[in-house]
Amino acid sequence: METYTFLRQFADSWALLVLFLFFLGVILWAFRPGSSETHRDAAGIPFRHDDKPAPAGADEQEART
Amino acid sequence: MWNYVRIAVLGVIVVLAAIAASFGRDLAYQVHMVIVMLVAGGLFLWQVRRADEPVGVPDTGYMDGPVRAGVIATSFWGVVGFLVGVVIAFQLAYPGLNFEWAQGYANFGKLRPLHTSAVIFAFGGNALLMSTFYIVQRTTAARLWGGNLAWFVFWGYQLFIVLAATGYLLGGTQSKEYAEPEWYVDLWLTVVWVAFLAVFLGTILKRKEPHIYVANWFLLSFIVTVAMLHVVNNLAIPVSIFGSRSVGVFAGVQDAMVQWWYGHNAVGFFLTAGFLGMMYYFVPKQAERPVFSYKLSIIHFWALIFLYIWAGPHHLHYTALPDWASTLGMVFSVILWMPSWGGMINGLMTLSGAWDKLRTDPIIRMMVISIGFYGMSTFEGPMMSIRAVNSLSHYTDWTIGHVHSGALGWNGMITFGALYFLVPRLWNRERLYSLSLVSWHFWLATIGIVLYASSMWVTGIMEGLMWREVDANGFLVNAFADTVSAKFPMYVVRALGGVLFLSGAVIMCWNLWMTVKASPAKAPVAVPAE
Repeated sequence: METYTFLRQFADSWALLVLFLFFLGVILWAFRPGSSETHRDAAGIPFRHDDKPAPAGADEQEART
Repeated sequence: MWNYVRIAVLGVIVVLAAIAASFGRDLAYQVHMVIVMLVAGGLFLWQVRRADEPVGVPDTGYMDGPVRAGVIATSFWGVVGFLVGVVIAFQLAYPGLNFEWAQGYANFGKLRPLHTSAVIFAFGGNALLMSTFYIVQRTTAARLWGGNLAWFVFWGYQLFIVLAATGYLLGGTQSKEYAEPEWYVDLWLTVVWVAFLAVFLGTILKRKEPHIYVANWFLLSFIVTVAMLHVVNNLAIPVSIFGSRSVGVFAGVQDAMVQWWYGHNAVGFFLTAGFLGMMYYFVPKQAERPVFSYKLSIIHFWALIFLYIWAGPHHLHYTALPDWASTLGMVFSVILWMPSWGGMINGLMTLSGAWDKLRTDPIIRMMVISIGFYGMSTFEGPMMSIRAVNSLSHYTDWTIGHVHSGALGWNGMITFGALYFLVPRLWNRERLYSLSLVSWHFWLATIGIVLYASSMWVTGIMEGLMWREVDANGFLVNAFADTVSAKFPMYVVRALGGVLFLSGAVIMCWNLWMTVKASPAKAPVAVPAE
């Protein structure tokens, strides 16, 4: 099969399917149960470390105080 | 050891650039090699003078030096780019301004790419550099990775701008819209861009916040995609290593498709994804409330990057491009309307519950109108990409109006908002010098954009209708020159709109300068005992 024909057929079959499923997966993942709490936390990130970096060796929990 | 290697490398570059300048086959190349020689020579002397100085204690705070430099560069290149835009707008209205003595250097054809590159890559690019360096540190709670690599990125990018701008005026251009710089300038930008990616990714990797905030996703997609677009679109073989000419590896319709795949995604990832990263940080910060919906921001991100990359063929309706490809571009452009408006809603609704700030805070007003213009131009764009509409709008001034409502409205206004946000924080000032000057800037810029966009709608649609007008026998009614003379009043209005926008930017520079010079320093915050 010619390269062009092969790529063309691959693009509008399997590649399309994979990309579409990935996108649906992203939406489902965003709306998964229990995600609201995580998202509320993530949305607060810009308000935490205005003046200086988190101290070296701080683990995740300390970093967010 | 490393110091001596650096000095040796710089010395070799000086010698090679001097050789290249003397063997150079054209003026642009020779001037560029002289610039490279002077820059490398200056760095060489500077490195020699400080070769054996003791190394200071490494700083552990945020690295804000490159951000401060970025603020200055953004303001400077902004004014330069807007000024060149005003000049060429008047040149179109009054062709006598293409002076005979400057023929070949300062006529419209030479200045036009200078204007587009100055505003997109110098003004917009520096705005993105400074915002990226600022945002990635604050949202990962980590200092920039790579030490002075961030400085290399900043100064390397300025060198790219200078080489590109001088190249255009001296005729060193490969004639690809928004990708005019010649092969060696492209290679240099690639080096700088890879360093930029390294600084960004390195900082992300050593982050203290476990979650990567959404602004960083947009910024990362901007950096990665621009690298890909730049490399593919600029694939070319130089005619000689001592000359600026090169021959692109694509030809014909493939070349056109690659160019507009690049061109449209420069809009999509440079001017949209990157600036959305700014929006997702600066708007919540200035409004002092978190983004309206984090879920929506995730879907916005993935939908935007999945769709944008396919929209390029809408620049090539009714050309040799196969129909299926241009239909694909059109369909994806129309679908793209949805994530764009999702993002607009997310930005605007961040203010829900704080709408009173629109009355009291001119900086928020600037950011909100920028999101408004984003919404407007992302509706106009999909509409213009529909083949039937495009047959009227293509090649007319409507396109130019569309670009400017997006670039001046969305990119310009959000950048001004970011500058007003950053300067008091970066120079440790209590507040801006004058909020009423911000209001002046806001209204001058807004009225300027309205004049610009509306005059271009009128002249664009008029021009499109005149071109297609036929008489009873099927002959065209208007000569091209008829449309040109009919457009004159609108061209004057457009140029005046540009003058208003430029004067707003000059007021901003004065205000920012006085903020640093005259505003009271921020009172030190009492540090609670550890």
